[in-house]
Amino acid sequence: MTFSMLTPEFRIERDQERCIACQVCVRQCANDIHDYEADEDWVYSDHSRCVGCHRCVTLCPTGALTVRENPLDFRRNANWTATRLRDIYKQAETGGILLSGMGSDQAHPIYFDHLLLNASQVTNPSIDPLREPMELRTYIGRKPDRLEVSRGPGGLRLETQMAPQLVLETPIMFSAMSYGSISYNACLSLARAAQRSGIMYNTGEGGLHRDLYEYGSYTIAQVASGRFGVHSEYLETAAALEIKIGQGAKPGIGGHLPGEKVSADVSRTRMIPEGTDALSPAPHHDIYSIEDLSQLINALKEATDYKKPVGIKIAAVHNIAPIASGIARAGADYIAIDGLRGGTGAAPTIIRNNVGIPIELAIAAVDTRLRQEGIRNQVSLIAAGSIRNSGDVMKIVALGADAVYIGTSALVAMGCHLCQKCYTGKCNWGLATQDPYLTKRLNPEIGSRRLANLIRAWSLEIKEMLGGMGINAIESLRSNRDHLRGVGLNQGELDALGVKAAGMG
Amino acid sequence: MASMETATLEIDATGLHYRQLNTQLREAVNRDGIPSIAIHNVYGQRYLGTDLHQPVEIHIHGTPGNDLGSFMDGPRIVVHGNAQDGCGNTMNEGEVIIHGRAGDVTGHSMRGGKIWVRDDVGYRVGIHMKAYQDKRPIIIIGGTAQHFLGEYMAGGVLMVLGLSLRPGEHHTASYIGTGMHGGTMYIRGELADHQLGKGVGRVPLDEADEHLIADLVHRYAAHFDRDAAEILDGSFIKLVPLSLRPYGRLYAY
Repeated sequence: MTFSMLTPEFRIERDQERCIACQVCVRQCANDIHDYEADEDWVYSDHSRCVGCHRCVTLCPTGALTVRENPLDFRRNANWTATRLRDIYKQAETGGILLSGMGSDQAHPIYFDHLLLNASQVTNPSIDPLREPMELRTYIGRKPDRLEVSRGPGGLRLETQMAPQLVLETPIMFSAMSYGSISYNACLSLARAAQRSGIMYNTGEGGLHRDLYEYGSYTIAQVASGRFGVHSEYLETAAALEIKIGQGAKPGIGGHLPGEKVSADVSRTRMIPEGTDALSPAPHHDIYSIEDLSQLINALKEATDYKKPVGIKIAAVHNIAPIASGIARAGADYIAIDGLRGGTGAAPTIIRNNVGIPIELAIAAVDTRLRQEGIRNQVSLIAAGSIRNSGDVMKIVALGADAVYIGTSALVAMGCHLCQKCYTGKCNWGLATQDPYLTKRLNPEIGSRRLANLIRAWSLEIKEMLGGMGINAIESLRSNRDHLRGVGLNQGELDALGVKAAGMG
Repeated sequence: MASMETATLEIDATGLHYRQLNTQLREAVNRDGIPSIAIHNVYGQRYLGTDLHQPVEIHIHGTPGNDLGSFMDGPRIVVHGNAQDGCGNTMNEGEVIIHGRAGDVTGHSMRGGKIWVRDDVGYRVGIHMKAYQDKRPIIIIGGTAQHFLGEYMAGGVLMVLGLSLRPGEHHTASYIGTGMHGGTMYIRGELADHQLGKGVGRVPLDEADEHLIADLVHRYAAHFDRDAAEILDGSFIKLVPLSLRPYGRLYAY
């Protein structure tokens, strides 16, 4: 083995007084860190490959294990941090692009944490959501400019032909995660939880497994540049179609699912030969302009007889407002915008950490622009890119989103510990892997229950917060920025977000 | 070549928006099961042949618009004229026979079926074609092609016959098969090495190739009334990807 300058990132401490050498840790670690020596009846650990996923710590029956960051302190340097040094050592050894899983872990400003919500006091009454109706139902799709109603013998009749709409019982959906990037059991958990919660999950660009067709009414099917698994039955089965242009973790670039992850089952779903690389080109080669985008939107509408909404997913980038305006005018029914902190199964680290803009600023800019142009009703806006709790949902809706996509939060609900090693295919929690030994760790019944619990919990909290504001429908919060105030933000940021500073009335 | 047993439904597309025309096609095919349709006076109507779920042969007279046969899953379309861009986009099954030329990105991400083009095609034709199990898409181009032919090609067969080239004239396409990681191209005529994308290599034809070429050329000749023997007299170059993993060593794990 060649000499490596990379030192272990984590250190495993085993309390030998507690350890009963039961070997649970040995069996649980896909990185083969723990090793049982039968002669000595003793378990050893090799720190060097530990990714800090806490699988062994969580499952150790006697609580004998502790994982700490390796207390190896590089000489203090605010510029050349340990991470930057390690990255260079790794690249000097391999000559390759650094990869990461999950969303950016950098300390970029998180505007959610600088925005605060309002509540009613004295001059307007708050509402108790436990006793009074509180409406979270959300319709995703194009709304008409005006409604034409006729009066007949049976009362009023809607004459306007409505564009197809997705009905969500709460303004939260599961973000696109493909079969291939995550396991079948994870996909099944998401599909069942979407059904239980009356929301949608999203296939990502990996096609739709045969056994998941029964959840079609709760499925958004993606059409991405690789067109994997896209055929007329796939399009027919889904409740809505989504053209994937970009992703917050890797704006502007394509993706490569390595051949190792293209198992027999993944191969069937993507409709590509087993073991071949699945290459998603950076652009769609039939989309080089807004006019071309319009052409693909209409191709999908023609392919499904105008029965389903067709949305567009883009990454939040600098000129997001005019881009979104173009997409709205191209005929999209919704625009999903994925911010700088959005997650991924694999992205070049340098792109994940440096390209794009935060979702809070993107949604505010797009909502403002579409209103100025008088076309906000023509599209729904879905916000993605690190929605961490119901407070973030409330804030992004107040900034202008119709609904949110959650990816990382959903994975965490199923057990993800953010070790960021999804691209290795060795997810010890059975999520981002196709190894059958690992995937069986996620019981889809338990997974879907945990996800449905999360959606229920957030929805209850949203109702509480809405009630506190004296609002009884999520509709009334949308783009209602008067219910937001900024703290610790400069004037430029406040203007971009369209909110007042706290204390300024 | 309309079916003899059943009367052909004649549609006059004059002044029809593509949505109206496609609605008529859906009703005729999906609802009424009409197996033979002729559409006259087609002037750029898009997406013809999509969302049709019964066996049908459609003759298009005029110029169909972009995305002819996109997401198509079975129909047979004969175009008496030129096709525009994106013909056969993400097509799964069926056949398109074009008595004329076809535009850019013909056969984009096509997974199955066949496209026959009598004359030339535009840029990026056959981009990201893929094969899977019994699905093996085939594009046959009678004339020549523009740059980036077979880019990202992952499966299937792409054949260029060069019949529109004058004596002494060569194919001018460059970047042929850039990013190619599957499938086969057969090019009749000469190619300089600089015209090939990185990662694409020439290999000698074997017996199976000779059979396939002969079979496809005979069918091409039958579709467009050409002399197969004369076409087969030319020399064919076979192009395949040098690696099935062109991006295998890009990352630090």
